[in-house]
Amino acid sequence: MRLIVCIKQVPATTKVKINPETNTLIREGVESIINPFDTYALEEGVRIKERMGDGVVTVLSMGPPQVESALKESVSLGADEGILLSDRAFAGADTLATSYALSMAVKKIGDFGLIICGKQAVDGDTAQVAPELSERLDIPFVAYVRKIVEITNEKAVVERMTDHGYDVIELPLPAVITVVKDINEPRIASLKGKMRARKAAITVWTAKDVQADEELIGLSGSPTKVIKIFAPKSRGKGVSITGEPPEIVDTLYGHLKDGHII
Amino acid sequence: MDYFFTEEQQMIRDTAREIAEKKIVPVRAELDEKGEFPTEIMKTCAESDLFGLYIPEEYGGFGGGIYENVIAIEELSRACIGVSVSFAGSGLGAYPILLCGSEEQKKKYLPQIASGEKLAAFGLTEANAGSDAGGVQTTARLDGNEYVLNGTKQWITNGGEAGIYTVIAITDKNKGARGASCFIVEKCTQGFSFGKKENKMGIRASATRELVFEDCRIPKENIIGKEGIGFIVAMKTLDNSRPGIAAQGVGLAAGALDAAIDYARGRIQFGKPIISIQAVQHMLANMAVQTEAARALTYAASKYIDSGAKSISKESAFCKLFATDIAMQVTTDAVQVFGGYGYMKEYPVEKMMRDAKILQIYEGTNQIQRNVIGQALIKESAKKRR
Repeated sequence: MRLIVCIKQVPATTKVKINPETNTLIREGVESIINPFDTYALEEGVRIKERMGDGVVTVLSMGPPQVESALKESVSLGADEGILLSDRAFAGADTLATSYALSMAVKKIGDFGLIICGKQAVDGDTAQVAPELSERLDIPFVAYVRKIVEITNEKAVVERMTDHGYDVIELPLPAVITVVKDINEPRIASLKGKMRARKAAITVWTAKDVQADEELIGLSGSPTKVIKIFAPKSRGKGVSITGEPPEIVDTLYGHLKDGHII
Repeated sequence: MDYFFTEEQQMIRDTAREIAEKKIVPVRAELDEKGEFPTEIMKTCAESDLFGLYIPEEYGGFGGGIYENVIAIEELSRACIGVSVSFAGSGLGAYPILLCGSEEQKKKYLPQIASGEKLAAFGLTEANAGSDAGGVQTTARLDGNEYVLNGTKQWITNGGEAGIYTVIAITDKNKGARGASCFIVEKCTQGFSFGKKENKMGIRASATRELVFEDCRIPKENIIGKEGIGFIVAMKTLDNSRPGIAAQGVGLAAGALDAAIDYARGRIQFGKPIISIQAVQHMLANMAVQTEAARALTYAASKYIDSGAKSISKESAFCKLFATDIAMQVTTDAVQVFGGYGYMKEYPVEKMMRDAKILQIYEGTNQIQRNVIGQALIKESAKKRR
């Protein structure tokens, strides 16, 4: 079975600065990493292949040419091949345009059993691309998978994490799932894996290669318009109230009253 | 300092460092406290291909040398030498086979060691044979197609955990040092059992046990080389493995130095971080220069041995002696920088100082290293005079 893992390269730090004029992230000088949630997706893909005894793990990403390093890293972690969608025409894509471009790449890849994505990217935090991708491909989707109980070429039984426990869901394949970090502990790349990655050739596809409609990709295919990006105002220091419970209640009541909250 | 690693060496360092930071640091205090063997970490080292660094590719290894192994041991040692000795101990057990074993023995055992499927261990020391290796009393008697081993080995690293043991035993009592031989004994061989697990001052995560042989029969072909060369095998093994102990010293010192610098930057006394106090800075400066000098000597000796040089005992002893004395010094100073906190188990340097002591003792005490160096100096001088 072919397993497709979608990954995104993101800035390594959470303290990203924003260019106030263009409202975009300043990426210069910030180290890039594979979106941490995607590392669980990749590990699960590799584990499914190991569990089933055969298969191919294809890692797919969209982004500028430097994303090749993330795909090579994926090979060091057990992926068989990496495909990068890279073209100026893809630039400025929102989740809708991204899922369209990825769906065209998946169609070009052809036969597959399961697409695995991280639950969301740590830079955008939208968690939209994977469900959109399943819509584009018209196949089942399950989010927040914390365990793959059973998998064959025809179906999978998975546990979906919920606020109060988990659901057990059986779904026919092919399908799309997103995974949470409880699902596994990503491995450390082996030396043989790193040597393999060094030699691995990453396939690069342009918009033309995947026969994407130019109206549906990049900025023109993105209905999302970012009007303004700003850092939320600091709330200032909180107040810590200590003492015996009756005292605490009195003090709190005083604060609330003084602040005209009650 | 940049030692101009090749891309492969850089990969080895990155991999070992990742294991140290992600897998060893979070559990080292607990392993130390419980005296628990790091089975999971050894598994991670195996999956990361670290066990075969110095083993040729034809036997399933990475095809590097002592230098590559030293790089990995140093990084693991930054986090915990109780863990790194379990890793390095497998190499110690493998060297007799790698250096003096037959082609069949290499083909049979080295792939299992290189993959980490089995750990190896080396059995030389006995209750009455420490620095005086000539005092070995374990015997091996040829009986038909088998050797029969009797005796007890003491303080064997990876004892009970390893699957493959290389053991020194006496085959001819009348020949003194020339009466010793080296044998390969597999775990689960009848008549081979393990004694008590030692309760140690430091490196408490490692397994140190007795190997007990009671009419233990092994195939005749398990002898390494031939009868009588046991001590030559042992000395060659130690010459090759000592840079690994030096690397433990370098890593341990580097780990202690890092911890001391971090602490000194954060600890406020007299209204300022103690790192701004010159007396503290001077201690840190000494620790840094000693650690770097130990590293440089260890790398240089490793590369010298890898070059295929014939006479390596002196250089091997150089780095073992220097780097382990430095490790003791630097970890002691690290505790001093931490002050009272350094004496408490809540901080890592207390364990580092306890761990450091063994480095000056095992694989030849540092006094024995000085003997080795002294003898080499006499030999070299006599050669010149001739």
